[in-house]
Order: sequence, then C-alpha cells, then structure tokens
Amino acid sequence: MIKLANAQLWVRDQDEALAFYTKNVGWEVLADVSVPEWNFRWLVVGPADQEGFGVVLMPVPGPPMLDETSGAQLAELVAKGAGGTIFLETDDCQAAYDDLSARGVVFNDPPTEQAYGIDTSFRDPSGNNIRLTQVLEFSLDRGGQGS
Amino acid sequence: MATATRYLLAAKDLADARYVEPLTVSDLAKAAGMSRAHFSRQFRDAFGEAPHQYLLTRRLERAAALLRNTDWAVTDICFAVGLTSLGSFVTSFGRVYGRTPRQYRESFPPAQRHIRIPMCVARAYGRRQNRTFREADAPIEA
Repeated sequence: MIKLANAQLWVRDQDEALAFYTKNVGWEVLADVSVPEWNFRWLVVGPADQEGFGVVLMPVPGPPMLDETSGAQLAELVAKGAGGTIFLETDDCQAAYDDLSARGVVFNDPPTEQAYGIDTSFRDPSGNNIRLTQVLEFSLDRGGQGS
Repeated sequence: MATATRYLLAAKDLADARYVEPLTVSDLAKAAGMSRAHFSRQFRDAFGEAPHQYLLTRRLERAAALLRNTDWAVTDICFAVGLTSLGSFVTSFGRVYGRTPRQYRESFPPAQRHIRIPMCVARAYGRRQNRTFREADAPIEA
C-alpha cells in the first residue's frame, strides 16, 4: 500500500511560516529538526487531531539547488499565488472561519455556498493558498459549479 | 444535564485547541458559562479529571512530543506549550513521566535520527557550489 505522508510548500521564511501555521491556524509542530552540516531545517506542521500527515514548510532554495535568479523567481511566483494549494475540510466552515479570523487569519473571501458545499480560502504569508471546505451533498440549488 | 455536559465539552474543546495560549481555568469556566468553582466540580464529574489537571496533561503530552520530535531547547518547549515557569514545568513533567524533560529526551534517539528527514533533500540544500577557488583566474598551463 502506498499512502500520502507529507506534502511540501515553499515558504519565504520558515520562522514566519511556523508562527502562522501554529499561532494563527492552530496547527501543531510535528517535527522541527536542524541539520547544521547541511544548513537544512526539516520543519513539519499539521492539524492537531489528524495523525499521519504533515505539511513540510521548505524554504525557497538558493544556490546550488537553484541559482539566485531562479530562487527569487520561485519566491515571486509563490507570492503571486502560483504556488501550491492545500485543501482542508471542516465540519463547519462558518465556525472555522470565525475561529481563524479571531486568531488573525485574513480570508480571501467569506464562506460561500457552492454546489459541493461551503468553502472559503486564505493565504499563508508566503502566498500559498489554503482552501477550507465544508463538504455537503452535491446540489446545484446551492450554487453552480465554479460559482 | 445533557446541555450542561455540552457546555463542559465546549470548555474541554477550548483546552484542546488553545492549550498553547495562556489559558486558565477561569477562561475554561467562562467558555462553559459557569462560575469557576461550579465549573471545576462539574468538569471533574463529567471527565474524571479537574480542569487544571486536564489542561496541564495536554500541555505535558505536547511537550513530550516536542522533546521527541524537535531539537528545541527545553525552555522553548516549556513556553511553546503554554507554560510560563520552567521550574514548574520540570516538576510537573517529572511527576507524570518519572524523569526530567532532558532525561526523557535522552531516552529516545536524537530527533535528527528519529525523524525521517529525506537526506537527499537535506544534502541538496547543503551541497557546496562547485568552486575552483582562484583556479579560474589562474592561467591554464598546457
């Protein structure tokens, strides 16, 4: 069996991302280990009540992994919203929206009814998109696909 | 009774979600809409543990995980789980886990070995750039 273990996001600053995902989003640190000889920090966060999956917060690399120009371009692309998206699910989109808003998360849009449920989204400080969905029984009466 | 238990559960959920913040029993009582003394009795009756004990247990469990899975300093872990006194943290931890936080950490493999870090990625970050160190400037001898 093959299963999903971790997914990775590029972040512009690991400490900034760590603070955002723990203090604002309310996730926990699953691992934070530095390997000084490789100038590397393995930083993984995830929801407190979900075991077996984490999001690796990886710094945008510089030379020799990426030349400086490409690294800057990658950071710029993420900042422009062309990085990855994490899709989260919740039992109550409005309650999660209220809770995270109170914690300082700034949402892109309020909870909005869609055919597949209710969803909203926000970005991390680097520009990665996080979509938060309350899945409901599919109904075009609630909203058209893509509306 | 079910309604009261639901309010108590809201307080328990708050402790689970926000234990890293400077939460107190008074905050939990407020979340349950009860006076502190009444709340403490009701919470113990419903969940078998006093609220301050429940909150402390959550914090210590989390501290234990951070001791195993990170290389953070013990002091940083103490504050990261919502505790404000290193001395109290060490004492409470010892009561629950039978050893100091440092001894607990040392009873496990170091996080750098214990955590599955993909070394190919780590090495890619740390690989030195190919440099010729002044060779490029030197005339090439035939």
